[in-house]
Amino acid sequence: MRKNYRLAKRKYVIGGILCLVVIIYLIRLFNLQVSDDTYKLNAESNAFFKKTVYPARGLIYDREGRLLVFNQPAYDIMLIPKDVRDFDTVAFCSLLNLTKEQLEEKWADMKNPRKNPGYSSYTPQKLISHLSFEDYGRLQEKLYMFPGFYIQTRTIRQYNYENGANILGNIREVSADDVKRDSYYRSGDYTGDLGVEKSYEEVLRGKKGMEILMRDALGRIKGKYEEGIHDIAPESGSNLTLSIDMELQKYGEELMQNKLGAIVAIEPSTGEILALVTAPNYDPSLLVGKERGNNYAALVADPLKPLYDRSIQGRYPPGSTFKPSQGLIFLQENIITENTVFPCYHGYVNGLRVGCHGHGSPLPLKPALQTSCNAYFCWGFKNMIDKRGTKSYDQLEKWKNYLVEMGYGYKLGVDLPHENRGFIPNSDYYSKSFRGPRWSANSIISVSIGQGEVLATPLQIANLCATIANRGYFYTPHVVKEITDTVIGEEFKTKRTPSIDKKYYDIVAEGMRMAVTGGTCRLAALPDIEVCGKTGTAQNPHGKDHSVFMGFAPYHDPKIAVAVYVENAGFGATYGVPIGSLIMEKYLKGEIAADRKGLESRMLNSNTIINSGVKSH
Amino acid sequence: MESRVTDRKSSVFSNVDWFTVILYVILVIAGAVSIYAATYDFDKASIFDFSEFSGKQIRWIGFSFVIAFIILLLDYRLYEAYAYPIYGVVILVLIATVFLSPNIHGSHSWLVFGPVSLQPAEFGKFATALALAKLFDSYNFSLNAKPSNYFRALIIILLPICIILCQKETGSALVYLALIFVLYREGMSGFVLSAIFLSVLYFVIAVKFMNPFLWGLSLGEFCVLSIISVIYCLLLIFYCKDFIIARNVTLGFLSSGLIALLLTVLDIEINGLLFFMIILGAAIVYTAIAMLKYRLKKFLISIGFVLLSVGFLFSVNYVFDKVLQPHQQTRIMVLLGIEEDLRGVGYNVNQSKIAIGSGGLTGKGFLNGTQTKLKYVPEQHTDFIFCTIGEEQGFLGSALVLTAFLVLILRLIHIAERQKDAFSRVYSYCVVSLLIFHICINVGMVIGLCPVIGIPLPFFSYGGSSLWGFTILLFIMLRLDAERKIKNI
Repeated sequence: MRKNYRLAKRKYVIGGILCLVVIIYLIRLFNLQVSDDTYKLNAESNAFFKKTVYPARGLIYDREGRLLVFNQPAYDIMLIPKDVRDFDTVAFCSLLNLTKEQLEEKWADMKNPRKNPGYSSYTPQKLISHLSFEDYGRLQEKLYMFPGFYIQTRTIRQYNYENGANILGNIREVSADDVKRDSYYRSGDYTGDLGVEKSYEEVLRGKKGMEILMRDALGRIKGKYEEGIHDIAPESGSNLTLSIDMELQKYGEELMQNKLGAIVAIEPSTGEILALVTAPNYDPSLLVGKERGNNYAALVADPLKPLYDRSIQGRYPPGSTFKPSQGLIFLQENIITENTVFPCYHGYVNGLRVGCHGHGSPLPLKPALQTSCNAYFCWGFKNMIDKRGTKSYDQLEKWKNYLVEMGYGYKLGVDLPHENRGFIPNSDYYSKSFRGPRWSANSIISVSIGQGEVLATPLQIANLCATIANRGYFYTPHVVKEITDTVIGEEFKTKRTPSIDKKYYDIVAEGMRMAVTGGTCRLAALPDIEVCGKTGTAQNPHGKDHSVFMGFAPYHDPKIAVAVYVENAGFGATYGVPIGSLIMEKYLKGEIAADRKGLESRMLNSNTIINSGVKSH
Repeated sequence: MESRVTDRKSSVFSNVDWFTVILYVILVIAGAVSIYAATYDFDKASIFDFSEFSGKQIRWIGFSFVIAFIILLLDYRLYEAYAYPIYGVVILVLIATVFLSPNIHGSHSWLVFGPVSLQPAEFGKFATALALAKLFDSYNFSLNAKPSNYFRALIIILLPICIILCQKETGSALVYLALIFVLYREGMSGFVLSAIFLSVLYFVIAVKFMNPFLWGLSLGEFCVLSIISVIYCLLLIFYCKDFIIARNVTLGFLSSGLIALLLTVLDIEINGLLFFMIILGAAIVYTAIAMLKYRLKKFLISIGFVLLSVGFLFSVNYVFDKVLQPHQQTRIMVLLGIEEDLRGVGYNVNQSKIAIGSGGLTGKGFLNGTQTKLKYVPEQHTDFIFCTIGEEQGFLGSALVLTAFLVLILRLIHIAERQKDAFSRVYSYCVVSLLIFHICINVGMVIGLCPVIGIPLPFFSYGGSSLWGFTILLFIMLRLDAERKIKNI
């Protein structure tokens, strides 16, 4: 083939471009390495020692400005292995009251790549953590004897209340995974675990600073480099103000003692969570300091699962507290009107039978809510799902979509970790479990009364209550009200409105009002406050029925919406209603009326754990 | 029969370009030593310890030598004959990788065979180079003969790019764009290359310097418009070769610029955009009148250059401000080093500049680098290996490595040009282009001049796939070259 000499010249262009780039790179390298010292100053050398200065972690307050969580100093012995020379181990051990074996064990742990995956002889390593203040003082004086060692001051948490551990969370040492995931962390740092400590870790932790210290050839610190002008000051973490009312939280935890379950109280107009009680609970101070590991293991091993936050993680059948949502859906879908009546022959009898209790029949929606009539909602559900001219498949999807809009079936998005999404079955779920589309309303009738496949967290139940209290909208429930120097997420300030007309909420709210004035939750009635409520008695395969209540007050202009869930405690009216009404009373009035003190002490002193079948030791 | 085979073997080894082979051996050994230094730790074992990166790399190198030897032994006609099948198989493997690969840090580009993981994208390079060479070698093929020839060449290049993008390995995919150089060498118009270069230049300048500068223009817009004016003058001088017009236009630009500056000093507001539009418009009209009678084509190209450039500048600004989402803007700005992102991408570059900068003229000495040892620089043994060289061997060491690469590539260009057939030449230029791209982007990234695109430094970075990929690429070229004299006879 003839060679094209014109094109052959293009090798000069390609070679030329390469030479040009290499020359530019050489100039750049010369600039970086030879003519500019800024990078040399930045660089580590043996004469400099960069000591991390830990920022103060943000404080946590409650909605009334009470300080809940603050910091206390903690001292760790750190060392850089390559700088450590032979030292007087006897003196070291006697300073810290250690035996030689203990020291050797700690040394081996530090070097063990499985226990300390970030080990390198060039980087600071933690030898002993959580020194007592006395040990710290003694060692600080003699530190010059141990080149390569230094003491790192960090902060650990201290708590003013024994309550709200599920909301507050705690801090723990970072794991190898944390270090890999986020370049901010170094081995030995602390990070939030559970609660807002975890979900707001990035605002609470602040920014680490650095001191540049000078060292002589023996590794002794000789003071700050250039008077500290190159030091970087740490930035303290932002403080959190929770929407929680800690006194209400404390009261809720007291009411729930010796019971299993949860209380969720929400301020309907903002979505701010006022109390988020899970029972059993634990003292957050257990997870601080030297004993953290043992205490944590004990909490994990506890068969009552105190670390499991039932208020946002518990998946429970909502029982009759589900009925208001059903009423709303049937009204919106024109399945019923305010005046539609259904018969109740001590239950729903239509080929199969769902039992009910004694009350007038036939009856319209409001009395049905008042008396918690099972038959009414079964009929409504049947008429919706088997509506003539529609497919059950499509109708159930519609039904599910309304519930999803009301916050069921998916995570609500509360600002706490590990929220559960509950469960709302969709049509595909049934088509799969019935092996085909051969199901109708009767096959799945129990979901209409909050039983069967339907599962919800207490938070979702409280959120429905808040939506009804607001007559048609809710804000994503959240526990953090304010963050210093920054704002809370936009998602907590955006109204979420299910596609149901406001006028239907008025009907349902009136039904819930009637339940208090002359229905299933008469115990919830408070003097001079108009309370609305709905009981629930949720059957469950694990034993005695769960006692459930949701309610809000006042009827007009609601200030609080509450959901109470007490496991294996029987009728909703036995435990759920009294506890819910006491919470509302405590929040709205500040104290419990004298004639209700008896009720209060009965709640405080009762024990329902014995019904749960869980053996405590 | 027996003797012919030995003849051939001996002739291969006497004709192979030993200069390149020796340079290759030096580079890979220097690479292993750098990896040892980058991952060296006080109490860790020797360079040959197989549990360490350097030990593993030495094992990879050993295999590479075997591969190189086998490639040299094989018949050179194999590569030509099986170019398309090899390409096809590699493409299939690349596609399979998308589905079979486990998710490793978000990328799906690794095939795991027990203890060994391979990155097929590295082997796609030589296959693509073979296919491209084969295409150019087909009978009477000339790139400019018909547009479909460009189309075929681009298909060969773009196919692996698309698949590798699916593997979420943007860096490895971009590498294939280097093959544009080959198209240029084989006849693609120089204007295309210039256009690509200028578009990148305009984009970077316009986006990087968005702060207001003068006459209501941003620094970037001002620079780009000035560059356009200057290039227009240069085009008139060197391309249209009409010195009188060029002189008048240049003088016109300079004098109007001076007047505008004077007015600014006197505090009179000037609309910079209008100013540039007027002077460029005036220059175009002037040259149009003067040159309309003759040199129509060159004149049109020059004018087209100005119009396209200005249009491009405006569309960059428009797209960046109006079309891109804020997080995409940030991503681009971080890549261009405008916005400091010391926690994410910017962290690596900042630490790597500190490490290199602390090296000084002669470096801190072998194994004495602290920045890399202290694990400040991430990926220090793979993509950022050049850091270790910069820190421990200083300016002299890093300049030596860069020069070695320059010499290697110039030698390869020389070899490429001495090929007698299109297949060998095009293949060789593919090797040259890929190496140029890898070296320029990798070193540029480490010293903070290029965006961070995670691609390895050839022969140096830790990793079997990359080393084997480059070894195969290079030695097929040397095998083809070794045949050059024999074919002549």
